[in-house]
Amino acid sequence: MGSVSTKTPVIEVDHVYLGQNGHYVLEDICLTINEHEFHAIIGPNGGGKTTLLKVILGLIRPDSGTVRVMGGTPHEMRAHLGYVPQFRTFDFQFPISVQDMVKSGRLGHLTSPFGRLSPEDTEAAEEAMETMQITHLKNRPIHDISGGERQRAIIARALAGKPSVLLLDEPTVYVDSPTAVRFYDILSRLRETMTIVLVTHDISALSPDVTHISCVNGRLFTHHDNQITDDMITGAYPCPVDIIAHGIPHRVIPDHDNRVFGGRK
Amino acid sequence: MIEALGFEFFRNALIAGLLASIACGVIGSFVVVKRMASLAGGISHAAFGGIGLGYFLGIDPLAGAAVVALGTSAGTAWIRMKAHQHLDTLVGAVWATGMAAGILFIYITPGFAPDLFSYLFGNILIVPRETLLMMAVLTAGICGIVAILYPRLVAVTFDEEYASVMDLHPDRIMVILLLLTGLTVVMLIQIVGIILVIALLTLPAATARLFSHSMKRMIVSASLLGIIFTTTGIWLSYAFDIPSGATIVIVSACVYFGALPLQRRIQGHRGSV
Repeated sequence: MGSVSTKTPVIEVDHVYLGQNGHYVLEDICLTINEHEFHAIIGPNGGGKTTLLKVILGLIRPDSGTVRVMGGTPHEMRAHLGYVPQFRTFDFQFPISVQDMVKSGRLGHLTSPFGRLSPEDTEAAEEAMETMQITHLKNRPIHDISGGERQRAIIARALAGKPSVLLLDEPTVYVDSPTAVRFYDILSRLRETMTIVLVTHDISALSPDVTHISCVNGRLFTHHDNQITDDMITGAYPCPVDIIAHGIPHRVIPDHDNRVFGGRK
Repeated sequence: MIEALGFEFFRNALIAGLLASIACGVIGSFVVVKRMASLAGGISHAAFGGIGLGYFLGIDPLAGAAVVALGTSAGTAWIRMKAHQHLDTLVGAVWATGMAAGILFIYITPGFAPDLFSYLFGNILIVPRETLLMMAVLTAGICGIVAILYPRLVAVTFDEEYASVMDLHPDRIMVILLLLTGLTVVMLIQIVGIILVIALLTLPAATARLFSHSMKRMIVSASLLGIIFTTTGIWLSYAFDIPSGATIVIVSACVYFGALPLQRRIQGHRGSV
């Protein structure tokens, strides 16, 4: 931990426990994410990745342990967090245009409960749509655009709030490979201005720009760098043979080479 | 047919239909996009318990209905906050309990319940002038509150979790939305009756949704459709001397089911994921 102490921590999860239905979903989770890191949280389905993200967002209160976001509680610091929920949680039949959906990401910045969005908010939304390259879709209803475009609209909504930290939950599940590659290009550009935390079960789809990797399956395993090691895998996944059988290329299992994630070209 | 406009009861009926349609267009749109139709049904049937209670206590049955409908709305909002997954079963329980309580109250009340049938099935042709005034105030109030909270209502009904992340207090917004739904239900009881309330709350909005690309348009279209449905229903009911509430609902349902295949043609070829 000594090497990271000089950086500014934006997320500090300290000995967090969370129980559901009589067993621990999160067990003694300690995680520090510093400014400008691109942190990937991997792990099997049902391993608690999404739950951990929701604990960081303050949507779920842990049974014990603390979560600090930029020095404050998640609740106090919510305006600094941008959240990209899982694709399947959306009702894309909802009558809303891309532009209005992105603009809704500004509502967190209104001070009065009756306040209205200002031209400044519209500008932030325009900028976010520009970044995600969906400006040409702004007047289209969200049911009328493709899966990849919807994904970009969801991210644009988070960016409209001008977050310091962007948290993404399984952002590549519903997009095809070329879209995912372009998506990671956008993320590496965003890295210049914000910290990125990405949750995924799909190790093969990780970007080479990831700076840190943690493996979560109830407990958290990390080496504070961008490598996946045998102990992380065997710790987090109950059966390593099974994982390989499910489509993770052998080369991902590390040889302590710096670029373990060069797999996706 | 035009000579019917000469009767005050007929003009009142048209105005009542207009006011109810606006309230339904506004609240019904949120009920439809948030998938709360069964919840609205539960609230309206619970209100029947209030009507029975009104008879039993010797007060205006509609006042009883209002108290119970609002109480149920608030209670549902509270339970919704605590335990999301059990809501469906709870709605069923509230629905049945309300009806049962209403029947028991009416049974133990001495004498007989004169307007019981009109509370169940509605009769827009007997809406008195004072009720119209109350409906106008309620409709204006509902529209005013929705206008003030509009961006938040849309954000919460679209994505409640993200609304939490943005600190918009979705729980409070949902309490307000459910209370407004309760108010609308009480207003509708006179028009179409308890049993048909869900129809007027959801059919115009569901039809409007088929071709609306924003909530604003959906609300305006749903209100206009509601006005067309109620007006047509009232004319038919007068012309053929058939029950008004049921006629309005059948007209609405015909248009909705007629429009469904059209929507499939519009959206069918669009990429789903």
